[in-house]
Amino acid sequence: MTQRYETVIGLEVHAQLTTNTKIFCGCSTEFGQTPNSQTCPVCLALPGALPVLNQKAVELAIRTGLATNCQIAPRSIFARKNYFYPDLPKGYQISQFELPVCEHGWLDIDLENGERKRIGITRAHMEEDAGKLVHGDTPETSSNSLVDLNRACTPLLEIVSEPDMRSADEAISYLKKLHQIVVYLGVCDGNLEEGSFRCDANISVRPYGQEELGTRAELKNLNSFRFIKQAIEFEVERQIDLIESGGKVVQETRLFDSNTGMTRSMRGKEDAHDYRYVPDPDLVPLVISQEWIEEVRATLPELPEAKRSRFVEELGLTAYDAEVLAADRELADYFDASVALAKDAKSCANWIMGDVLRKLKETDTTIANAPVSPELLTGLLARIADNTISGKIAKKVFEKMWQNGQTADQIIDKEGLKQVTDTGAIESLVDEVIAANPGQVAEYLGGKEKLIGFFVGKVMQASQGKANPGMVNQLLKQKLTGN
Amino acid sequence: MTIHDLTLAELRARLDNRELSAVEVTNAYLERIAATNPDLNSFITVCNETAIVEAQAADQALAAGEVAPLTGLPIAVKDIFNTAGLRTTCASRILENYVSPYDATAIARIKAQKAVIVGKLNMDEFAMGSSNENSAFGAVRNPWNLEHVPGGSSGGSAASIAAHQAAAALGTDTGGSVRQPAAHCSVVGLKPTYGRVSRYGVVAYASSLDQVGPVTRDVRDSALLLQAIAGYDSADSTSVDTPVPDYQANLTGDLRGMKIGLPKEYFIEGLDDDVRKAITDAAATYKALGAEIIEVSLPHTAYAVACYYLIATAEASSNLARYDGVRYGLRDENAEKLIDMYMQSRAAGFGTEVKRRIMLGTYALSSGYYDAYYIKAQKVRTLIRQDFLDVFEKVDTLLTPVAPTPAFALGEKTDDPLQMYLSDIYTIPVNLAGTCAMSLPCGFSAKGLPIGLQLIGKPFDEATMLRTAHAFEQATEWHKRTPKF
Repeated sequence: MTQRYETVIGLEVHAQLTTNTKIFCGCSTEFGQTPNSQTCPVCLALPGALPVLNQKAVELAIRTGLATNCQIAPRSIFARKNYFYPDLPKGYQISQFELPVCEHGWLDIDLENGERKRIGITRAHMEEDAGKLVHGDTPETSSNSLVDLNRACTPLLEIVSEPDMRSADEAISYLKKLHQIVVYLGVCDGNLEEGSFRCDANISVRPYGQEELGTRAELKNLNSFRFIKQAIEFEVERQIDLIESGGKVVQETRLFDSNTGMTRSMRGKEDAHDYRYVPDPDLVPLVISQEWIEEVRATLPELPEAKRSRFVEELGLTAYDAEVLAADRELADYFDASVALAKDAKSCANWIMGDVLRKLKETDTTIANAPVSPELLTGLLARIADNTISGKIAKKVFEKMWQNGQTADQIIDKEGLKQVTDTGAIESLVDEVIAANPGQVAEYLGGKEKLIGFFVGKVMQASQGKANPGMVNQLLKQKLTGN
Repeated sequence: MTIHDLTLAELRARLDNRELSAVEVTNAYLERIAATNPDLNSFITVCNETAIVEAQAADQALAAGEVAPLTGLPIAVKDIFNTAGLRTTCASRILENYVSPYDATAIARIKAQKAVIVGKLNMDEFAMGSSNENSAFGAVRNPWNLEHVPGGSSGGSAASIAAHQAAAALGTDTGGSVRQPAAHCSVVGLKPTYGRVSRYGVVAYASSLDQVGPVTRDVRDSALLLQAIAGYDSADSTSVDTPVPDYQANLTGDLRGMKIGLPKEYFIEGLDDDVRKAITDAAATYKALGAEIIEVSLPHTAYAVACYYLIATAEASSNLARYDGVRYGLRDENAEKLIDMYMQSRAAGFGTEVKRRIMLGTYALSSGYYDAYYIKAQKVRTLIRQDFLDVFEKVDTLLTPVAPTPAFALGEKTDDPLQMYLSDIYTIPVNLAGTCAMSLPCGFSAKGLPIGLQLIGKPFDEATMLRTAHAFEQATEWHKRTPKF
C-alpha cells in the first residue's frame, strides 16, 4: 500500500543564534539562570520600551545564509506577529515576514544509493524567542503558571526548506547536514534537548505521479533526530491509512508524543491564529551592504564538505577517516594543526582517531580541552619517526602526557624510555636470551621459524621495551643462524 | 511680577543672578498647582516631595557653578513619559497604579540638567483624543473658559502652561496632540520632526507617528526646551543621528527672503470665520515683516484623516497588546481562565475610545482586509509626504490654521467620534509626513477663546520654523495675554 504513495516533507528549523546578548536588548542569553534575572524594560515589554537590533545576530544570520547558499537581502524588514500568550510579553513576536534576511538557498544531501540530492531552502528569517511557562510543582502552586522571561527576546534564525524531501531518511540527512553547518559556523550550539536547535516538520502524502501536494500536517515537539524520524514515519503511515480507509487528511498542527511514538492533533486550521503581521514601526529596515556580506564571507570557515575532499585529495586519507575527522570542526582543526607540524597526515589521523578520541571518550573531555595539544602529539610522533621510541612505548608515553601535560621528550627522559639502538647493548641481551633458551633455539633451527617472535619478545622484555624491535629482529636472526 | 508668571528664560536669569533659588521657584509653583488644580484637573500626580528634593539639588549645582540651561526650572510632564519611581498612568485605569522603574530618554535629559519635575499631567487615555475628555482621571478644563475643553491629547500640558502651573511642559504629538491643545489654550506647542527626539520611554500610541514636543509660554522657551531633549538616542532605532543646531541663536527676527506658503486645501468649508480671519491677519503680519506669501497646494490633504485613523489604530492595536494583566497593570483576579483574564482585565482597564481604536486597528490588520486598509493607507501616506516635499521645493515654511474651530464645549463632541476626529484635520498630515510643525497664539474668537496658527517646517529644520515663529511673536502681543484665572 505504502508504495503507491509519495511522502513530501518540508522542514522548519529554529536555530538559536549564539550571541552573548538578546536580539533586541542588552540582556544576557545565558541558559539556566534564576528565572527573570536576565530581563530589562525591553524584554519585559514595559510601557515605552523600544527594541534595538543586535548587529551580531545579523552577522550570524548572514553567516548561515552564505553557508547555505542563500541570497542575502540588501534590505529586509522586521514585522510584528500578533497573538496573546503569557510567555509573549509584548503581545506580539518580532519576526520577519515579507522581506526575510536570507532567501533562495540550498543544501546537497547524500542519499543511501550514493547519489546527491539538492534540498531547497526557501528562506531564513530572524526573530525573537518567547519566554517559557513553568507550572507550579507544590500543592499550593499546582494551579499557578509562572512566567520566566529569561529566554524572551533571544535571537532565533528560522530556516525554512522547500518541500523537497521524500522520506524520513532524507529529512534526517538534511537536518544533520544543516545541524553540522550551524555548529561548524559557530552560529548555534546545536543542542536539541535545550531547544537551541528545534525542528517542525510539514508532512503530506500523495499518490505517485500526482503533481498537486496533499494536505499537510505540521508536526511539533520533535527534540531529537530519533524522534523526528519516528514522528515522520508514524505520520506518513497515519495519513496513508486515513486516505486508504476513505478519509481525508485535514490541515492541522500535531504534537509528537515521545512516550507513545504517535502524533496527536493540537489545533486545526479553523483555530489557526490570524497573526495580523505588520511591519514593526519601532525598527528601521535592516540594510546589509555588499561590503558587509563580503566581510562576513571572508570569515567563513572551511565547511565539512570542503574539508572532507581536501583530506582525501590533498592529504591522502581514506573517505572514512576524512568523514570522521571533518565531522567536528574542532577535531578537524586539531587534525589540521597536527598535520601542519608533523607533515605525516596518515599517522596523525591514526593517532587522533585512535588514542586521542579514545581518551576524550574515557575522560569525557572535548577536543578543545584535551591535555595533549597538537604540539604535544606531534612531538610524540617525531620521536617515533626518528626511532627514539617504539610505537608500543609511544602508547605509554601518550598516557603519561595525557595525565600531566608534559612533552614526550620530558617523559622519555624522565622515565628512561629512550629506545636502545646501541648494537652492543642489544647484542648482549640477544646472547643472554639465546643462552637461556636452548630448547627453543633447537626448535627454531629445526625449522620452526615462527619462534622468532618468542625470542624478540624475550629480548624486548629484557630491555624493558626500549630495544629497537627492528634491530633486535635482525640481530637475533644473525646470531641464531650464525651468519 | 509673581514667580509663577515668569518664563523659562526669565527664571533662568533670576536663578543665575541668585535673585531666586530653585526651592523658592518650586514652592511657588507647587502652591500655584495646589490652588488651581481642583478647577483645572490638569495634573494626575503632583510631585510635592520629589520636586523639593530636586530643587535642593539644583540649588547645590547653582551654588557650585554647575549650571545647565534647565537647572532649577520647574517643568511638568505628560503622564505618558516613564519617570523612575513615579506613577506613570497614561490616564488609564489599566496603569492606574503603575510605577515605572526607568526614565524615558527625554526625562533623563532634562533630569541631567537638573530641571525640577513638578508633576505628571493629565491627558487623553493613551494619547487617544482631541479634547482631554478621554481620561480615567477626569476631563481637563480650559483655563480661558472652564466650560470648554483644553484640546487633546496633551490637554493637561497646554492647560498647565496657560494657567502658569509650570514654567514649561513636555507633551507628545501623534496627530496634533501638542499643537491643537496649545492653540486652544494660547500657548506655544512644537512637534519636532519624527526622529528628532527619542521616543524611548514614551508610552507608545502609534509608533510611526508619535513625537515628543515642548509646550511653553513663548517661542524662546520652546527653543530652550527643544534644545535639551533633541538629538540621537541609540535606544530608539527611529531616532535620527543628525546635528542639532543652536535653536536660540536662530531667533534673529530676520525674515528677509523667507517664502511662506498658504496651502489652499486648508482654507475650506468648515473653517471657522474667526479662525480664518486670524490666519489671514497673521499672513498679513508676515508680509509686513518682509516674507513672501505664496499660495500652494497639498493635493492629498482630504485623505489624511482617513489614512491616519487606519495607520494609527493599526499600530495602537499592536502596541496596546502588552497590557494583558500578566506582568503589571490591572488584572481581573476573578477570572477563571487565561482568556477570561485577558478579556476582563482589558475590558475593565481600557476606556471607550481606546477600545474603539484597538478594534478599528485590529480590523484594519486582519487577514483579508490588510491590503485594502493598511497597505492602501501606507500608499496614501507616501503621497501625503510627497505633497510636503514638493511644496518645500517652493517655500520655506507653511502657514495654516491649527484647528478648524476654537476650543469646543465640554461634552459637545463626545457622542460623535467622527466630528472629534475631524478637529485634527490640519495637524494630522504633518505627522503622516513626519516633518515638524508648531502652534503659536495668533488671536481670539468673538467669544474670547484662543486661536492658534500653525507653522510647518521642512524635515529637521526646526531652526527656521522657530525663527519664523519668533518673528511673529515679536510683532504681536497675543502670547502676552493670560487667562483671568
